[in-house]
Amino acid sequence: MTGTFVGMPAFPKAAHDAVRNKTLRGNLRHATHTIRDKRARAVTELEDWARLREAGKQIKDHTLHHLDRYLVQLEDAVTAAGGTVHWAADADEANRIVTYLVKATGETEVVKVKSMATQEIGLNEALEAEGIHAYETDLAELIVQLGKDRPSHILVPAIHRNRGEIRDIFKREMGEWGRPAPDGLTDTPAELAEAARLHLREKFLRAKVGISGANFMVAETGTLVVVESEGNGRMCLTLPETLISVVGIEKIVPTWRDLEVFLQTLPRSSTAERMNPYTSMWTGTTDEDGPQTFHLVLIDNGRTDTLADEVGRQALRCIRCSACLNVCPVYERAGGHAYGSVYPGPIGAILSPQLRGTESEIDASLPYASSLCGACYEVCPVAIDIPEVLVHLRERVVEGGPVTRQGAKVVLKPAKGHAAERAAMRAARWAFSHPGALRTGQRLASRTRRLHPRSLPGPGQAWSASREMPAVPAEPFRDWWQRTRGGKDAK
Amino acid sequence: MSSRDLILGRVRRALADVPKDDTPPVPERPGRDPQYEQAVDRTYLREHGDRTTEQTVDLLAENLADYRAIVHRTDNGGLPGVIARLLAERGSRTVLVPSGLPPEWLAEAADATRVPDSAASTPHELDEIDSVVTGCAVAIAETGTIVLDGGPDQGRRRITLVPDHHICVVRVPGQVVSSVPQALDRLDPARPLTWISGPSATSDIELDRVEGVHGPRTLEVVLVAGD
Repeated sequence: MTGTFVGMPAFPKAAHDAVRNKTLRGNLRHATHTIRDKRARAVTELEDWARLREAGKQIKDHTLHHLDRYLVQLEDAVTAAGGTVHWAADADEANRIVTYLVKATGETEVVKVKSMATQEIGLNEALEAEGIHAYETDLAELIVQLGKDRPSHILVPAIHRNRGEIRDIFKREMGEWGRPAPDGLTDTPAELAEAARLHLREKFLRAKVGISGANFMVAETGTLVVVESEGNGRMCLTLPETLISVVGIEKIVPTWRDLEVFLQTLPRSSTAERMNPYTSMWTGTTDEDGPQTFHLVLIDNGRTDTLADEVGRQALRCIRCSACLNVCPVYERAGGHAYGSVYPGPIGAILSPQLRGTESEIDASLPYASSLCGACYEVCPVAIDIPEVLVHLRERVVEGGPVTRQGAKVVLKPAKGHAAERAAMRAARWAFSHPGALRTGQRLASRTRRLHPRSLPGPGQAWSASREMPAVPAEPFRDWWQRTRGGKDAK
Repeated sequence: MSSRDLILGRVRRALADVPKDDTPPVPERPGRDPQYEQAVDRTYLREHGDRTTEQTVDLLAENLADYRAIVHRTDNGGLPGVIARLLAERGSRTVLVPSGLPPEWLAEAADATRVPDSAASTPHELDEIDSVVTGCAVAIAETGTIVLDGGPDQGRRRITLVPDHHICVVRVPGQVVSSVPQALDRLDPARPLTWISGPSATSDIELDRVEGVHGPRTLEVVLVAGD
């Protein structure tokens, strides 16, 4: 995954700056609390939610466990329906393929449906470098593109912007890209949506090439599914002559019937709706209806490396609903930019370090961007145990060990900067296996407790900067147990 | 080595820990593979709640309206009058007509010029048209969804997208199902499908839903009894 934001500081530094931005915190708090309550209501409507969640998990696990076969089956089905399938091992290859396909049409502009995969590979920048303009058409993506900004949420990339900021961006930038914002534009959401409608319509109507991702690909039928709200997806999927869909290999479900699970759980988890306004499903091409040329670009870009990790592979179940972001206390305060990836929040904290590896400073810090409260796991519609993977990745960062990188097995060295943690763990291991020493140490700690500092010196300083030092009791537990015979003689 | 073989090879090596013997055969048809069926626990509900046919139609109307579709109810005899009235109230001068739309549906719409759905029309031409009238393939009560499958009374996908006003006729109770699983049973994946739940909307400004972005901003659904 090459979508690292260049020069990104580690999470604690970026979060430290973000929590001091009052506008950002206000915007995030308002948005996440609005959606949190609505999601809970939408989920309560379905009495079988827990069973749908379990079925979704099982479908995805089964698919991942047989991914090679389902990929081949999907390729056959898409090809039989009139599409062309391409395979890209990494971001560069995917960008080269898409650029080549666009150039083959002779066009110099494309309209895009919101897609995490194309964000991940940096497609817009790659196309721009070849003289091809890519227009984002999702409202939030448009706000980000016009504002020369970075996305901060999976579903609503401009969640860090409030209506006033959006109006200012539209007034300032729309004229540079095409039709300017209407005179006297106010900050009411309806007027802002109308401004986007007018601005983008001329682009939709003349577009010859559309680029999309997909929420699901059905192996047995070759059907692709895009779930959306605004109709910009339908515009990009049906008006152009050529459609190029860039999709991660983990987006497969085996059968048509499997959609009955995800079309119930995804809308409720993401926008808290019974059903999103528009869902498009297409199988190859249809004569005289929609694009007559269809390309599917399947991307790996770190997914097979993630698949090789028996604990971490569950992250590939993700259906990108973003419910975990909306409930996360860390995300709510730090915002999405601090995660240094197109995948922010709890899912980003386990996905980015697996897709990209834990070698960079930001990726090594992401498994720590969590209080391990578990709210993300509770709301996940495919039951990804995010805390479990976070702890697993922390161990990898601290201890190193065997991992898969670009298909090859390598052994990671322990990360720098965790020497104190490793030393503490080694000391703990030694103390717990030497009961005499442990007893002496505990007694010593109890007797000297009034002398303990409030923060740790040296390498421990970082740890105690944001935490209270634990209070040491007047008497060690084991001494109390012996003295009172397990509480029988207490008082 | 091609990237295809490279990726498939990586997948197989990544799954070295997964037992080989639990691999079921490739499913040929939905729900027909006993081993895949065993791999997934499908004890979730086929529909939610216990309703009469009439109650299911009422729920459809309620959920359509909840997401700001405008719902009208009539019977076969009343349908041409309702469509004519909706077009007149909107002031529509032009109306797109799918090739297989029953002619009697528009029999009383004297003022609107009919524009046939045609492969030759450009998107700019479609953008000049005021309204579109279609049937549908199926409607889902629990979610307030209508599904179009490009059938003769529905036409190409783009005709229900570019005009700003869509009138969709649902025959009740024949075209109504309760739930998403029941709808998928009725639909053919080989056809291009469009699921519509209310008019175009967005949640992109402060995660609050606002109606009316790129798709038709007015969706009128006419429930026609007596099929």
